[in-house]
Amino acid sequence: MKLQKNVAISEAGLLFNPVTGESFSVNPIGIEILNLIRDEKSQDQISLAILDKYSTDKATFEKDYTDFIGILEHHNLLERNEKTNA
Amino acid sequence: MNKIRYERPVIKKLETGMPNKFGTRTEYVAMTHIDGNAVKDLIKEYGSPLFILSEKTIRSTITRARKAFETRYPKVQFAWSYKTNYLNAVCSIFHQEGSWAEVVSGFEYDKAIKLGVDGRKIIFNGPEKSMEDLTKAINNDSLIHIDHLDELYSIVELADELKKHPRVAIRVNMDTGVYPMWDRFGFNYENGQAWDAINKIMHSGKMELVGLHAHIGTFMLSPFAYGIAASKLAELALSIEQKFKHEIKYIDLGGGFASKNTLKGAYLPGTDTNPTFDDFAEAISTALLNSNFKQDKLPLLILETGRALIDEAGYLLGSVISNKRSSTGRRNTILDVGVNILFTSFWYDHKITPAQAFTQYSEDTCVYGPLCMNIDVIRESTNLPLLNRGDQVVIHTVGAYNMTQWMQFISLRPNVVLIDMNEKPHVIRLQETLDNMNSMEKVPTHLAGFNL
Repeated sequence: MKLQKNVAISEAGLLFNPVTGESFSVNPIGIEILNLIRDEKSQDQISLAILDKYSTDKATFEKDYTDFIGILEHHNLLERNEKTNA
Repeated sequence: MNKIRYERPVIKKLETGMPNKFGTRTEYVAMTHIDGNAVKDLIKEYGSPLFILSEKTIRSTITRARKAFETRYPKVQFAWSYKTNYLNAVCSIFHQEGSWAEVVSGFEYDKAIKLGVDGRKIIFNGPEKSMEDLTKAINNDSLIHIDHLDELYSIVELADELKKHPRVAIRVNMDTGVYPMWDRFGFNYENGQAWDAINKIMHSGKMELVGLHAHIGTFMLSPFAYGIAASKLAELALSIEQKFKHEIKYIDLGGGFASKNTLKGAYLPGTDTNPTFDDFAEAISTALLNSNFKQDKLPLLILETGRALIDEAGYLLGSVISNKRSSTGRRNTILDVGVNILFTSFWYDHKITPAQAFTQYSEDTCVYGPLCMNIDVIRESTNLPLLNRGDQVVIHTVGAYNMTQWMQFISLRPNVVLIDMNEKPHVIRLQETLDNMNSMEKVPTHLAGFNL
């Protein structure tokens, strides 16, 4: 799974997609996940990193992660041909 | 190592254009405590969902209401509207604060008597009063507000039978310029029904007409309508004095004052727009003082407001069961609070506040209850911070009607806790049990037992 190439992410929580001109606000954990996706980490690696840092359980995070990926797809922020890994 | 509090990841598209001044988020600060008690401790001790009533807020609200009227009019009496919330502890607070009882059924009447209210300080309203109810009310010298002619004739009959002279008032409905006009209760002012009833009472000689009563609507947002009602009742009282040389002792303007809740469809929150007690008091007292009553003959002003006195003292605590998305991508949050215990969510946009810290991130959310029924929607759309499963919320301004109109439907009704003036919690109504419900049922012997 890959983010669209030109998507710009600021640490302050703003995401800009130059292809569509759309801007998004993202919360800190969302930014963290986006950066992990950009670093081409797998879902398991992302899950481990988040569970190591935040007080939640695997089932809750996986449900929220799937939901988050779904919204990224909805806004065309993931490369289409790669999204099946989500 | 201490882990960071988890918040689910969220991404929200930024919309360009003019900011939406009406689409503000529900709340900016978590409500972690109610009257010194931590929400999480209350839920741990008494369960979720849980109704909380604040004695401090009840007493300060009735004090504020009394002050608004008593500073403007010399003779004021409040009567607690039982139907709004007839938990014994709640009624007792209002009676301790000097309120009489205003009841609308034999059940409520008996409740007031059992609680120790002097029968002479019970106002008996409503269209259904059985002969048994009327007999009790006449024997106790209660104030009977006549709703229709059949009731009037029943009282004439009972007055003879009991050899009593019942104290009565008539309920008058009228055009006060508000729509819809409430004309199903009482006798109409404009078409002469009220005069017809008055003539029948006065000529019967069987009862004493002590008051005139109007209740012009519910959740009234216009104080001016009360001014019109007060003027019309004053005119009627003065005409009765002129025609029969009979003094009307009180004018009862009923209830219907809006609380600070926000009606569905309203652009601005009720806290910003709804009239205050001072607004209602100013309209009513001005109308009465400007009428032609002599200074020493001003009638007692009775007020039966319920909702505005108790709504803000009530909170409903609940917990998040789940978060999911609808087919259109909308965020749905399911709480353990259903419409069966939050009846008022059908007409109010109740404010919902998380009971734990949250960040500035939020999502447009549809809040559902736990019932397996499509109608179980607490808020169709509200901007809420990111809630996790198990997080707790406080639903505000639920003190009126929910603890009387609630239903035992699908699940059992929860505990109700009153937090007293010293911030000590007391259970004032126990959570229902299966045994409570089954104790009222009987199974015919031929239906006892089955083989599956």
